[in-house]
Amino acid sequence: MIRVRKLIKRFGLKTVLRGLDFEVDQGEFVALLGPNGAGKTTFLRILASLSRPSMGGVNIAGYRLPDQAAMVRRRLGVVSHQPLLYGDLTAEENLQFYGRMYGVKDLSVRVKEVLALVGLTTRRRDLVRTFSRGMQQRLAIGRAVLHDPEVMLFDEPHTGLDQDASAMLDAVLQEVAARGRTVVMTSHDLARAADLASRFDVISRGVIGASVKREEIEPNDLLAFYRGALQET
Amino acid sequence: MTIEQQSALPSESASGKAAGFLRAMGAVVWKDLSAELRSRELISAMLVFALLVILIFNFALDLDPATRREPTITAGVLWVIFVFAGTLGLNRSMAVEKDRGCMDGLLLAPVDRSAIYFGKVLGNLVFMLMVEIIVLPIYSLLYNVNLFNPGLLVVIILGSIGYVAVGTLLAAMAVQARTRDILLPILLFPVVLPVILAAVKASTGFLDGSEMSLIRPWLNLLIAYDIIFSAVAFMVFDYVVEE
Repeated sequence: MIRVRKLIKRFGLKTVLRGLDFEVDQGEFVALLGPNGAGKTTFLRILASLSRPSMGGVNIAGYRLPDQAAMVRRRLGVVSHQPLLYGDLTAEENLQFYGRMYGVKDLSVRVKEVLALVGLTTRRRDLVRTFSRGMQQRLAIGRAVLHDPEVMLFDEPHTGLDQDASAMLDAVLQEVAARGRTVVMTSHDLARAADLASRFDVISRGVIGASVKREEIEPNDLLAFYRGALQET
Repeated sequence: MTIEQQSALPSESASGKAAGFLRAMGAVVWKDLSAELRSRELISAMLVFALLVILIFNFALDLDPATRREPTITAGVLWVIFVFAGTLGLNRSMAVEKDRGCMDGLLLAPVDRSAIYFGKVLGNLVFMLMVEIIVLPIYSLLYNVNLFNPGLLVVIILGSIGYVAVGTLLAAMAVQARTRDILLPILLFPVVLPVILAAVKASTGFLDGSEMSLIRPWLNLLIAYDIIFSAVAFMVFDYVVEE
């Protein structure tokens, strides 16, 4: 579903991604782990077609980036630590706006379904600026799944959430993954990633340092695996 | 699904693309108008600023009544008001997109990015024209000048289109910088100078009842500027907003 070959990204003289290779099969939930500055967000922004690679190939659902970016975007749902929502519109209006941008059919019905999925039906007519951070993040997931994308990218979605809001977000993430979508999620939180992902990749110094599948590792060994991968790269 | 199967999918027809373009553009306009109707932040800031400038000029130009009604003075003061109030609106309109990461949300949509640009232009144009509609009678009242001249209204519309077309593009560029509030006027005013010059000259011409042959070159300049800069913005907006 996602194939990345020898990806290089430079910002001026600084090289952030140094020949990164990455592959994800359909239906996989990959947690991309790594310290600050490892290149996680830069990598996800390239996958989301928000940033152009300096060199290397990126192929999502059979389409190349950046040449076929519009076709890729049609198949992508993106959630970042910012909600990408308009505070002066209601939850329902935000979803209607994004639904029009994506050309979603039967939009009113779909908006109702999505609001129910993220548990915001009763708050649908409230302005987003009155929402808590957790509620905004749930609505952000609703926005991202509105057009029923094949691939979902989550950039540290738990940032700034308290325990209850994180747990609620996890439930929505599990629901999203259970529907067979391919998911790539960056995170600092190993415990949370261990609960959700089917594969763990460690990104360090702009390359994937190590990768392991859930069935190949005990949850308690994830921290040792992570530290080992960082030391090796 | 394999790459071969994907490439066998029918491509979107030209009419489908046009419909998608208009749908996305309409969605951006609807979103901007709905948010503004609710918050009234942008219009009220532009309007208060415009009214303050009218008052300041009223006291600063402490001239005799005849001089105050001079078409050159009237046209100059009006366009200073429109340009500065417009800059406030352009800055705010793009800041809303940047502050909560909404620009990324727009750029993630599978639409031609120039649809986003034209949606923003239309929204900004509506806000600017609304302010102008309110400013004209107030100015008329305070300065005792008759501004209800169809020719002047045409100039105001043409000038506003050119100003907003360039301003929206440059605001999208400036909003990426930390110093966006300062950067926009520095980028915008030199580029938009032909519009201001042509608009002031044409406005003066209509206010003092000049012959059409004297006004036409300035109107032609405004129309040419509107077309050229809308076309340039259409071509480069994608690169301006890309990281």
